[in-house]
Amino acid sequence: MQISGAQMVIEALIAEKVDTLFGYPGGAIMNVYDEIYKQNSFKHILTRHEQAAVHAAEGYAKASGKVGVAMITSGPGFTNAVTGLADAYMDSIPLVVISGQVPMSLIGTDAFQEIDAVGISRSCTKHNYLVTDAADLPRVLKEAFYIARTGRPGPVHVDIPKDVTAQIAKFDYSKPVDIETYKPTTSGNTRQIKKAVEAIAHAKRPLFYLGGGIINSNASEDVRKLVTMTGIPAVETFMARGTLSVKDPLLISMLGMHGSYAANMAMSETDLVIALGARFDDRVTGKLSEFAKGAKIIHVDIDPASISKLVPADFPIVGDVKHVVKSMMDVAKTLVDKERYTPWLETIENFNRLHPLSYKEDSQDLKPQWVIQRVGETLGDKANISTDVGQHQMWTAQFYPFTRARQFISSGGLGTMGFGFPAAIGVKAADPKRVSINFTGDGSILMNVQELMTAVEQKLPVINIILNNNYLGMVRQWQTLFYNKRHSETDLSMQPDFVMLAQAFGGVGYRVSTKEEFDAALKDAIEKNVVAFIDVKVHRLENVMPMVPSGGSLFNMMLDYKEK
Amino acid sequence: MEAAERRVISVIVINEASVLSRITDLFSGRGYNITSLTVAPIPESRYSRLTIVTSGSVRVIEQITKQLHKLIPVLKVIEHADLVEKEMALVKFPITENLADISALCAAYNGNIVNVSEDVIITMVADEPKRVDYFLSAIKRFHPKEIVRSGAVALER
Repeated sequence: MQISGAQMVIEALIAEKVDTLFGYPGGAIMNVYDEIYKQNSFKHILTRHEQAAVHAAEGYAKASGKVGVAMITSGPGFTNAVTGLADAYMDSIPLVVISGQVPMSLIGTDAFQEIDAVGISRSCTKHNYLVTDAADLPRVLKEAFYIARTGRPGPVHVDIPKDVTAQIAKFDYSKPVDIETYKPTTSGNTRQIKKAVEAIAHAKRPLFYLGGGIINSNASEDVRKLVTMTGIPAVETFMARGTLSVKDPLLISMLGMHGSYAANMAMSETDLVIALGARFDDRVTGKLSEFAKGAKIIHVDIDPASISKLVPADFPIVGDVKHVVKSMMDVAKTLVDKERYTPWLETIENFNRLHPLSYKEDSQDLKPQWVIQRVGETLGDKANISTDVGQHQMWTAQFYPFTRARQFISSGGLGTMGFGFPAAIGVKAADPKRVSINFTGDGSILMNVQELMTAVEQKLPVINIILNNNYLGMVRQWQTLFYNKRHSETDLSMQPDFVMLAQAFGGVGYRVSTKEEFDAALKDAIEKNVVAFIDVKVHRLENVMPMVPSGGSLFNMMLDYKEK
Repeated sequence: MEAAERRVISVIVINEASVLSRITDLFSGRGYNITSLTVAPIPESRYSRLTIVTSGSVRVIEQITKQLHKLIPVLKVIEHADLVEKEMALVKFPITENLADISALCAAYNGNIVNVSEDVIITMVADEPKRVDYFLSAIKRFHPKEIVRSGAVALER
């Protein structure tokens, strides 16, 4: 059929079974918005900032496993969205972000709201397109969705000049995607898998190192089976939280800078690392030369460039974790003897007993960790948990009892303050039956606080729990530990009235400073099913512990710090 | 640190808009070196061939190769081990210099005089990059006015 470029965008979204689109209109994208107005096939959620539109699409993608879609206009609309693109790129989140561009005749003339969008997004997307002919649009959009969700997922940016959205051309979406230069490997090399499993069978102290790739590949059920079948203990990265249930006895905890003592010690003592969809990030490994020293490395990843990038792999396996884990199970059934690892499990149990993840209650102030545990006790599996970035984020990763994949949605790689609230809106849109909680800080929440309006308008009741210590807490912690307590620009004593702020947008606000008040507020917010801010006054100087100082070795943990 | 060594990498890419930027952005964004880069369309195909001379440790070169592969329009990355490599240089001399000597030197490096005008001559040589270096140092005494090197091209043997 012959339709306009703008209509093609709508038809493509329908063909891709998109049910929710996050966006913000503007001059260059108006033709497409005109078509959005005329259709009833999907819902458009108007955020109040382009950055939030992309974060909401990320939250939607992470919670649903589908490709998230955001739409923005040219110039500042696009530049506002760049943080979201970069965030999705770092965390391998499948997105298609469509931006308007000035008409072709004006490109390169410094026109109103013109910016070289594909020039900017090149380094923070998996791929991008500037569409110069409407006839290319069906192919480009189909490729965009395909590239976003296949291989190592990631954001794809499609920039469409305004005149191209008006141009009439033939629309045929039936042609299968065929990109000669893009063929991701999914099934791992069988011989290499067999060699890897043999290494597992011969190891004394093997350790699963589970990464976010497992969640991207929907492999958590398979990984759970493999872990149970082999009886080998596992540590999770921040991005992999929820892969194993907190109830799984073989799950040690999170490893890394704020990982548990047992997890970091296990990684330091292991003789065989089985890395599944993990990328040896610096926040995980600490000092590279000391990381899993003496251990052999099995590294399964869909991205060949991740393998041996930082730590040379002895058994590199390129493939989709789901496929590879299934093949591993076939071999492991006959090769691996569970009993073999019992002494190793006892060693780990001793690490756990020695320094379990813990915090000390305070007679005066609420401890932030208590709040997180409390929400876990109250809601557990019934909530999806988003966070912003900082201390509260690390405490959530440490203390929330995650029981399933896609339950934890957070900005890992880029560490984007302001991610949590819009992401939680996207999560709620994707999974409306569950409670959407956003743990945030008094610093983070103000970056994208305008999304109160989106949540209230769209009736997407996100409960924001602000762990309020009147500090930019994580930076303050580093200043305390490494800058001789020179708290440069981190004291946030000056704050808005968060209760009134929520109310001003039509939400509900609570101010709490005791356990009883917190319980009552949480209960009320859940029952009322409204957009809420729960401003929780917490102990000001609480630190995230344990901690591996930047560049230190995992086994060299700071377990506690006494404020003098 | 492992020692950095000179490597020649050929990249076959779809000949489309901004593909060269994708390659050079990758090098600058990840802190890799480009010593030289040449690019031209492959005849009768929709592809172009880039020849990149770079340097790095074995690990870095491996990463460069993998990262190049990840770019969507990249069809093939060839990290040359056994190759034939050539580079061209054009040099402009004042016509008052000793043309016979210059011409003899050019001939020794697969070159000749390619253009003559009222006050300058232009010579061309085409040889291995190392030998082009030798040529360029040998002709210094003839007061070259301008020198341009093409960057290396290479083919696997």
